[in-house]
Amino acid sequence: MLRLIARRLALGVLVALTVMTLAFLLTRLSGDLAVSIAGPSATQADVEIVRKAYGLDRPLYIQFFAWTGRAMVGDFGQSYFFKDSVANLIQKRLPITLTLGLVGLSLALIISLPLGILAALRENTWIDRSVTMFTMVGQAVPSFWLALILMIVLGLQLGILPISGTGTWQHFVMPGIVLAFTAIPALTRLTRSGMIEAMASDYIRTARAKGLSRARIIFKHALRNAAIPVVSIAAVQLGFMLGGSIVIETVFALHGVGYLGWESIAKNDFPVVQAVVLVLAVFYIGLTLLADILNALLDPRLRTG
Amino acid sequence: MSALLEVEELQVTFGGRTAAVRGASFRVEKGETHCLVGESGCGKSVTALAVMSLLARGGHRSAKRMSFAGTDLTSLSDREMARLRGNRMAMIFQEPMTSLNPAFTIGSQMAEVLTRHKGGSRAAALDRAAELMGRVGITAPGMRLGQFPHQLSGGLRQRVMIAMALMCDPELLIADEPTTALDVTVQAQILRLLATLKREFGLSILLITHDLGIVARVADHVSVMYAGEVVERATTAELFRAPQHPYTRGLLSCVPVPGRVQRDRPLGSIPGVVPAIGSGFTGCAFRSRCAHADETCAHAIPRRQAGNAHDYLCRLEPDWAELQPA
Repeated sequence: MLRLIARRLALGVLVALTVMTLAFLLTRLSGDLAVSIAGPSATQADVEIVRKAYGLDRPLYIQFFAWTGRAMVGDFGQSYFFKDSVANLIQKRLPITLTLGLVGLSLALIISLPLGILAALRENTWIDRSVTMFTMVGQAVPSFWLALILMIVLGLQLGILPISGTGTWQHFVMPGIVLAFTAIPALTRLTRSGMIEAMASDYIRTARAKGLSRARIIFKHALRNAAIPVVSIAAVQLGFMLGGSIVIETVFALHGVGYLGWESIAKNDFPVVQAVVLVLAVFYIGLTLLADILNALLDPRLRTG
Repeated sequence: MSALLEVEELQVTFGGRTAAVRGASFRVEKGETHCLVGESGCGKSVTALAVMSLLARGGHRSAKRMSFAGTDLTSLSDREMARLRGNRMAMIFQEPMTSLNPAFTIGSQMAEVLTRHKGGSRAAALDRAAELMGRVGITAPGMRLGQFPHQLSGGLRQRVMIAMALMCDPELLIADEPTTALDVTVQAQILRLLATLKREFGLSILLITHDLGIVARVADHVSVMYAGEVVERATTAELFRAPQHPYTRGLLSCVPVPGRVQRDRPLGSIPGVVPAIGSGFTGCAFRSRCAHADETCAHAIPRRQAGNAHDYLCRLEPDWAELQPA
């Protein structure tokens, strides 16, 4: 178990280093940074001053090692646009994104696990077909459209939820629902197929032959095995939710990390872009590691890896 | 002697069409080993699963009579049936590799049988599990309790399954091809173990097998199944001495018996496979493969007596083979 965690951790560090290198190089590929920072009205002399001031005149590898060296200790430099330190910016935005992601994932699991189990136990009945239909519609509905419909119905017509901002917990309900909807179809179908497979297995026949109660057979013996792929996918989905919620953060005016990344790309604020990419990648790596550990706890066969 | 398990006219259908078991009748006496024997697809396993109420979805059973220790099994609710299973009647399966849950320790899977049916603490159940593991010949039971199924060999897993089946001291053990997936030396060990346990625990065993060698070694009574019917019933000695049904004779001719088979004569075989029987089928299901079939075989077949507790389902009189050599 410890060996497994150590190996996955080492792998995670390698991935993080790769992401750092890529993030650094890609921002340098997007054109002359000094020119874009100085702005369209700048003279050649202004551009040169900017280049010197930001250290962009140094060789690329020196810039890279200077940045990675500082990034290791949490210093991501100054934002060119926000006139604030990058670390501060991210620190302010991160709670919003994390809250949104966790609310989204929790809602998704609360809805998709029971639905998937129900559909599996009632395989090929109208209940199963309704659930499948629901997941297909869920997959087809674009999240910005769902967001707007929810805003109109819940926010404007019924007036029970605020439609934008981050003031109270109620502000996270609608975006959470929309975000959950991006994960519900996959999680539901995975739970369903995992449960169908488990319920048809020999060890469930054994559990029935032992005279165990139906609840124990379903929730202990079958779900434990069906949950393994669900955990992996849920971790990946949370990763998507943290990094890919730009649309939802924009629609609901939630200024989280995804939105920050989007803004800084548009403004060529490359220290922010690099830092956002790195922070999201680290989260992603952390979640994958967490999923591996959870899976090893669920399935003893994975513990020796 | 009163029967522990009595099955009369058991019918099992799947999806309302395919008849897997067509009126099978047999009795398992207290303290005996009763073998259900027949080739693949003849309905042996389905019969056992029907007795345990473990048929897969879509399977439907009905019986004129199906009683276990005086209890009418056909009238029990699912909940009442679950109270019997694992408690007074237990079952082990052909596939020891996949029959244990990969996610839980051996100890936890064994202990839950006892706590479910008899209550008591988990610690007491684990003690009982360790004791039974010792009884079925598993060394270092204390260590095995904490292990997971994938850490055990096939033979060990089948021993665990047997020990688990014995947790509540059942009266009946149904063993569905318990040695088929194991290699020969382990097979012999498991068979010896079952025979020992039968004596020590006063078990009745319903053993399902396609292997007549196993039947000869362990069975007291035999029911030969073909296409969902019991075509011949007898004591083991009687069946091997004077088989009556052409199918039984065919099966026996496929097995080399020391002293009975000439070295230069080939072993027998039965041509063809068990036919799928639809509803509305009448007559003998074996007639398409039988060398003695004639037009009367398409009509109702009488069950003939061939001695004490020996009967068979065929148009031919007892000892037909001696009267008209095939």
